[in-house]
Amino acid sequence: MDLSVEIGSLRLANPLMAASGCYGYGVEYAEAVDLSSLGAVVSKGLFLAPREGHPPPRIVETPSGMLNAIGLQGIGVHRYVAEKLPELRRLGATNVINICGSTLDEYVELARILSNAEGVHALELNISCPNIKEGGITFGCSLHGTFDVVSAVKKVTHLPVIPKLTPNVTDVASIAKAAEEAGADAVSLVNTFLAMAIDIETRRPKLSNVVGGLSGPAIRPIAVRMVYECRRAVRIPVIGMGGIASAEDALEFIIAGATAVQIGTANFVDPFIWPKLLHGITEYMERHQLSRIADLVGSIDTGTREKEWVSS
Amino acid sequence: MPLDVEAKVVRNTRLSPDYNVIVLAAPEIAALTKPGQFVMVKSSRGSDPLLRRPFSVFEVVRTSSGIEGLSLLSKRVGVTTRMLFDSVAGDVISCLGPLGRPFDPVAPPRQAWMVAGGVGLAPFATLTEALREQGTRTTLFYGARSGRELFYLDWFASQGVRVVLSTEDGSMGERGRITEPLDRELGRAAGDVMVYACGPERMLEAVAAVAGAHGTPAQLSVERVMGCGMGGCYSCVIPVRGPGGGHHYVRSCMAGPVFTAADVVWDHE
Repeated sequence: MDLSVEIGSLRLANPLMAASGCYGYGVEYAEAVDLSSLGAVVSKGLFLAPREGHPPPRIVETPSGMLNAIGLQGIGVHRYVAEKLPELRRLGATNVINICGSTLDEYVELARILSNAEGVHALELNISCPNIKEGGITFGCSLHGTFDVVSAVKKVTHLPVIPKLTPNVTDVASIAKAAEEAGADAVSLVNTFLAMAIDIETRRPKLSNVVGGLSGPAIRPIAVRMVYECRRAVRIPVIGMGGIASAEDALEFIIAGATAVQIGTANFVDPFIWPKLLHGITEYMERHQLSRIADLVGSIDTGTREKEWVSS
Repeated sequence: MPLDVEAKVVRNTRLSPDYNVIVLAAPEIAALTKPGQFVMVKSSRGSDPLLRRPFSVFEVVRTSSGIEGLSLLSKRVGVTTRMLFDSVAGDVISCLGPLGRPFDPVAPPRQAWMVAGGVGLAPFATLTEALREQGTRTTLFYGARSGRELFYLDWFASQGVRVVLSTEDGSMGERGRITEPLDRELGRAAGDVMVYACGPERMLEAVAAVAGAHGTPAQLSVERVMGCGMGGCYSCVIPVRGPGGGHHYVRSCMAGPVFTAADVVWDHE
């Protein structure tokens, strides 16, 4: 049975990736999980410089979901390359590095640094974090911004470039197309949905940042729809995520059009989820007599119900 | 390495209208647990509630044939603690652990003074056992809202622990906050003392101030809103003093939950 998938020039042993911001730098889980058994580990978002992030409270639970406003606390790219990458290399992890910039130049500089570092397999461009004011999402919310940052990064790296898209736009498929036109090797989606929760007794927001990003099973059907839309709009691979907590959930995204999937919030609940997901996927493939997971990608059968309202 | 055990509820004892002690058949985790470590608990199969919640391990529960499991001391305040309160023998609760940095038990001639506020009593039963093994003289300063919320007093006494009580309503022990007798006794303490504290954050801050004023070191077990317990989510951070005099956020699930009192920055938020 062939579980491998291709993201540009990068071949993943299986389609399961740990989502950025939900797996620390990966090394935190090395005692509990064989990191080489994951398709890839996507690092916590990195800026050039270290960042403190937002004051607590940084998360709050909501029905079948959670809001977070961590604020991209992080050690910065230089410490990551010096302290985390060697360990991840030793552990045999496939490393996708999530990079964040306040400016276009910062993305370019990060891409340059990481392209020269040993053990980096792809770059995910964070142009979609809803929790910080500067940079990032200002690129991801416009066609021009997305095009500009992707093409600038593509000029300085040989690595596959994967912009991570925000769902907080009117038409995510048009953003995916702009990324493709700029040379992106794949797109990943969705980042979290901008949301908020209020304590009615104190009338204060439950997050210090007032607003945060919603993740977890609560967002899954919207994310599946957005992956489906993007799959129809672009030829490059789509990496899907949003509330995946079981093999069935992962398969739903794959059938909707995701070449690979990322697991985020569910990893908080069950750090040992990976072999369970792989087992469920292989069981499904056996039951459906599939030898290659790649054959399942985008295999949704809408019959005669294909809807023209889907952006194209 | 932490283990994830689908643990059966062995028994659930209600101590008051809000407090319960629940014994979980997770002997594998109990055998590895050091005083002050915690487990992440999930008491439902679906996605509501979605996330696990952290609990200090209260007791390593033993029978004549060995370790039976671990217990949690819980106060009913939210959805997960409500489910723990309502659980019955045979229910299954997912238990991930042991996690976090434990207390460092001192040896004689130093004395151990434990300071507990309310449900913050939880880590002190296992610490008491570790201290007793070393022959360390141990005192428990234990405060609650009322005498009806002071538990396991006989057990601590049976372990040779001197117990000092306070309640906000004066129904048992001294009326007021537990840091008042702590302050008074530290003022006349003979010999070296290590303070251990667990309870509401305002109490921890007061303990840190009192201990600091007497030049006594303290280890504090903090509780922050925690998403994963494994270092993945960066939600449970607490500001600690940096080498340059500023502060930086560290994850209380990995760098804690036990911190050296002098390292924690309280006035940041």
